[in-house]
Amino acid sequence: MSVIPDAPDPFARDRGGPAQPLLSVSGLYKHFPVRKAGGKKQVVRAVDGVDFDVLKGETLGIVGESGCGKSTTAKLLMGLIERDAGSLLYDGQPVGERVMPWRSYRRQVQMVFQDSYASLNPRMTVEQSIAFGPKVNGVPGREAVERARALLARVGLEPKRFAGRYPHEISGGQRQRVNIARSLALEPRLVLLDEAVSALDKSVEAQVLNLLLDLKAEFGLTYIFISHDLNVVRFISDRVMVMYLGRVSEIGPSDTVLDAPAHPYTEALLASMPSLDPNNRTQAALLQGDPPNPIDPPSGCRFHPRCTLAEPICSETEPPLDTVGPLHRVSCLARQPGSGHSAAPARALAA
Amino acid sequence: MTAPITAASMALDGGVLSAGDAAPEAAFVPSRGFWGHVGHRLVRDPVAMGAGAVILLVVLIAILSPWITPMDPYKGSMLRRLKHVGDATYWLGSDELGRDMISRLMLGSRLSLFIGVTPVLIAFVIGSAIGILAGYVGGWTNTILMRTIDVFFAFPSVLLAIALSGALGAGIFNSIVSLTCVFVPQIARVAESVTTGIRKRDYIDAAKLSGALPLTIMRVQVLGNVVGPIFVYATSLISVSMILASGLSFLGLGVRPPEPEWGLMLNTLRTAIYANPVVAALPGVCIFVVSIAFNLFSDGLRAAMEIRQ
Repeated sequence: MSVIPDAPDPFARDRGGPAQPLLSVSGLYKHFPVRKAGGKKQVVRAVDGVDFDVLKGETLGIVGESGCGKSTTAKLLMGLIERDAGSLLYDGQPVGERVMPWRSYRRQVQMVFQDSYASLNPRMTVEQSIAFGPKVNGVPGREAVERARALLARVGLEPKRFAGRYPHEISGGQRQRVNIARSLALEPRLVLLDEAVSALDKSVEAQVLNLLLDLKAEFGLTYIFISHDLNVVRFISDRVMVMYLGRVSEIGPSDTVLDAPAHPYTEALLASMPSLDPNNRTQAALLQGDPPNPIDPPSGCRFHPRCTLAEPICSETEPPLDTVGPLHRVSCLARQPGSGHSAAPARALAA
Repeated sequence: MTAPITAASMALDGGVLSAGDAAPEAAFVPSRGFWGHVGHRLVRDPVAMGAGAVILLVVLIAILSPWITPMDPYKGSMLRRLKHVGDATYWLGSDELGRDMISRLMLGSRLSLFIGVTPVLIAFVIGSAIGILAGYVGGWTNTILMRTIDVFFAFPSVLLAIALSGALGAGIFNSIVSLTCVFVPQIARVAESVTTGIRKRDYIDAAKLSGALPLTIMRVQVLGNVVGPIFVYATSLISVSMILASGLSFLGLGVRPPEPEWGLMLNTLRTAIYANPVVAALPGVCIFVVSIAFNLFSDGLRAAMEIRQ
């Protein structure tokens, strides 16, 4: 059923089998140089050593405060900015090397941006925007347009009425549907949704989320879902990764992470969510102040200046991302046996 | 302003869509498109329309002038020099050699428009190409191209035009070349800044992610979004170009006598300014009116192209 011509692209089909992660990220670094008033060269440690896997067919949610490196991670994964270090393995193949150039990778991995207006060319009709990708990949114009109309219908926009519209002529929810259709036009296996529903009204957001779930089942997609909204992430994700200051603080199944968080930062994030129960009002913010400056992050555990469990050792030792339960990994000394933290569980218990 | 969001399209946001309940008509709803909107707004702008009418009139006169001039614009008469405006034979008077002013002004509009518009058109193409390339590629390419362009900004444009024209020698072709050289840097600067402004937009990133080559992205995604503002700027340069071209002719670097051209006519008539000031001022009035018309029209165009959400 593929409309993309069979160019030498051996990655369209599954290679590594179901156990091979679809995308495997390790040691991802991105430091942006900034120059301070003194003329000293400094860097913003936007992404500072991030490792995670995206399993085939799952939805991995990425959450964190503003400035924690979520969006930079997304851009690094898409190759929109160059990574300083680290490797990406797509279905077992190193991305950006000869076996898997960026061009073939990007046919497999597409992205939906947060700003539905800025991500559509204001001078192109909806249909032209969707058909652009297939066209530059060698699909004849007529066929690409037909494909675009079929996708429009699939995302719930009647082609007859919407194909010829310009982005400013349709509503925000409709635009984001168009963006989703565009991301699917190249028949990707992995779709990266960077705050894709954050700018929408709550009611429209729910519809788009349901659409995303339907499309995932229909096309056998894998999602990376970046958001700051924990409720949305809980709804859509199979696994959740929590980021703090350019690092992973916790990753695991979403039930575990969001119901029984192990990292004090995740706890604080969950506690800061407004409750719908009037008897259970949040009295004091658990999370005080802003995240520290990523130019000069705290020593040891990056969260220790804001952490309720902080002990002297936290400012000395950088916690590794260690397994604490099934598929559940946490970078907190208080949860890691033998770390020297007084709250750490006994070694025998964890083993 | 924005297209009305119909009740039906709102319902679509509700995610309910069944193929059957759609409106029966099969035709795609045509969108007016961006240029459709611009035209629609432009015809509602009386100032821009008036300016456009003046430009159209001058262009028509320029095209038709060889056939519609009331008298021979080259034939002088020593006996009928410097007639006043309103003369029975010479409606707008006659010049210092006794040639009919209205005929010369009509024929002069050809050359004046030609050397006003041509350099801007050529500079529009060259300058846009340089600016879009520099703006889209960025980095070192941008630095090298734009710093080279900056050298031209060190000179006032009048001085630059005169210097280049003087170095190349008098003549229409050379004055067009020198005026083009004056405008390329200015247009390139505008093109570069507009392109830099949209380079970081998400839709450019999305186009990159589709695997399109840089040249394709520049042609399909960038060009359509930057050509409007650059075009508006270029139309505003037409009036400058006409004035500069007239200046060159005035200095004897452009058109040569007896060819009628407004700038040159202004020059030759300046000796008669005390004898017959109204006639001596007529070519200047023409230059003024046409350049104001181009300016007002480009203002209207810019207003009509303002992007609305």
